[in-house]
Amino acid sequence: MRSARAALLFLCSLTIATTAFAAPDDSQVERGHKVYDKWCFPCHGTGSGKPGTASLAARGQKPAVLEERTDLTAPAIKRFVRHGVLFMPMFRKTEISDAELDAVCAYLTRNNKPQ
Amino acid sequence: MRLPPGVSSRDFSDALKQFEAAIGKDWVFTSDEDVDLYRDSYSPFWHEEEEPIPSAAVAPDGVEQVQKIARIASAYKIPLWTISTGKNLGYGGSAPLLGGSVVLDLKRMDRVLEVNDKNHYALVEPGVSYFDLYKYVHDRGLKVWIDPPDPGWGSLVGNALERGGGYTPMRDHFDCHCGMEVVLANGEVVRTGMGALPNSKTWQQYKYGFGPYVDGIFSQSNLGIVTKMGFWLFPEPEAYIAGNVVVSKHDDLFALVEIFANLINSGVVQATTNVVSPLAYGPPDPELAALRASGSTKDLDEYAARKNVGYWSVNLPFYGPADVVAAQWEYAKRKFSVIPGVRFEDRASYRFPFDADQLAKIVNPVPFGVPSLQTFSIGGPRSQGHMWFSPIIPMTGEAVLEAQKVFDQVARNLGLSTGSVGGFPIWSFFARAFVIIYFFPIEHDVEKNRRNREIFRRLVKSSAEHGWGEYRTHTAFMGDIMDAYSFNEHALLRLHETMKDALDPNGILSPGKNGIWPKGMRKARA
Repeated sequence: MRSARAALLFLCSLTIATTAFAAPDDSQVERGHKVYDKWCFPCHGTGSGKPGTASLAARGQKPAVLEERTDLTAPAIKRFVRHGVLFMPMFRKTEISDAELDAVCAYLTRNNKPQ
Repeated sequence: MRLPPGVSSRDFSDALKQFEAAIGKDWVFTSDEDVDLYRDSYSPFWHEEEEPIPSAAVAPDGVEQVQKIARIASAYKIPLWTISTGKNLGYGGSAPLLGGSVVLDLKRMDRVLEVNDKNHYALVEPGVSYFDLYKYVHDRGLKVWIDPPDPGWGSLVGNALERGGGYTPMRDHFDCHCGMEVVLANGEVVRTGMGALPNSKTWQQYKYGFGPYVDGIFSQSNLGIVTKMGFWLFPEPEAYIAGNVVVSKHDDLFALVEIFANLINSGVVQATTNVVSPLAYGPPDPELAALRASGSTKDLDEYAARKNVGYWSVNLPFYGPADVVAAQWEYAKRKFSVIPGVRFEDRASYRFPFDADQLAKIVNPVPFGVPSLQTFSIGGPRSQGHMWFSPIIPMTGEAVLEAQKVFDQVARNLGLSTGSVGGFPIWSFFARAFVIIYFFPIEHDVEKNRRNREIFRRLVKSSAEHGWGEYRTHTAFMGDIMDAYSFNEHALLRLHETMKDALDPNGILSPGKNGIWPKGMRKARA
């Protein structure tokens, strides 16, 4: 099943340490923050009425707010954006381009610690 | 490479080259990886061969590019499936109805062309989402509200063309549009209403122009590609109050709905609300389940009285000047007071504009003109998607009860419950009639989806037998529902087909949309 495989991949990606770590540059992070605010925050942000955050919390993901995570990896983020999971749909390149997706990855991995 | 039906690989290859020349190579998507992004994330056909998957996608950046695409598609007889933001999840998303179609993705056409907060209108392109327009208005401090539907990433143009609804007094989105720009199948550009007048100063202020009013034929249809659309907006109101009306007995529903309809039709209540039964929202109670099974309204009345929850309720929203909304609520209470035992509850009361702290505390800001994705919580944290069954029923208590009976049976068939007693909210998205918005889960389970599709189709037939028709549907059921609108040997569909043949002789625009097929693909009707 697509979503089950995706969920498994996501969990694996969260628990397996990245082998190559490079801190993203500030401008890329800033750009990614803007893309995140437009496309991700309405579902994954803080505050009430955020179904992505509520779903992750209900499924035991901590922290449930993606921006607060320090264990996300670019491959996992890309897989979820391009393939969707559960009720999260996939996103087309006219919505989030590959370059914008790279920037989102830079933003959501900005606080990761080198392994 | 996937091919459009009836198109040779050589012709398709030539057409793709021409698409690339017209709009740029970066915006013609042909790899499986890119094209799969156009699949319906909530498809009722997951893991089945029937799932309609496109052959390619093209994403123009302006009306001239749309014209070029239409001309190329006409020359090669390539079916184009037009989407705006492609986020019509629950009704088909960005996927075509006909597998192999080329998706015409208008998301890049996302310009807000004008917002006027003196005469309260906007002109936008199809790729503009409710989030986009809200941000535009908010960033500039304009004193207008938009009227989002539940999913804020939807397109104003797409939602209005699908005749979607919102929550404020501008809730009927097609009704609130004013003027269109449309590219026809032959590539010609038409502007409707006052837009047909060169240098018109009133395109977004007067709907009808001169001569036949044709805007309706471009809604829920496949007769043109809408590239601009005007909308009337709501002047930022001073205040909002809501009041809840609770009645205690089953049969009070008749008077409740009759008075409610009077308030709607006389303009006292102007916004979307719903009629529900508070009995449907308590914790599971074996006694209540047994009473439901017995069908004794007298016993249910006694139960509701003992629990002090009321049998039916309707929450009334009022928007406008503070003294006016207070007077409207007082008037409504006076009207409902003829029902013995009726109770009134003052609910939310707000002054506008909201500050950021006020807004952050509101779980669902959509009724206040603020787009959100909160609605996607509807299926729970592990939901895999949904689709909607949405019949229009009369605004009467009798119709509500009859519909409840039919929908309770559906719930039992789905194994959801033993009866809802009003668990399927009856909405007033549109004037004069109710619409039931019934949730069907989508799962990545072939057998469950097949069963749900079968139930869905039975429900379409059952509804038609009761005189109810759906206002909108998932692409998978468009043919079924158009079939139900069959007065005089499908005279309406035959009229649609006559227009289709005249306006789109090569059959390139969204084949099968709302049951309307081009001549070459039309199946013989029984």
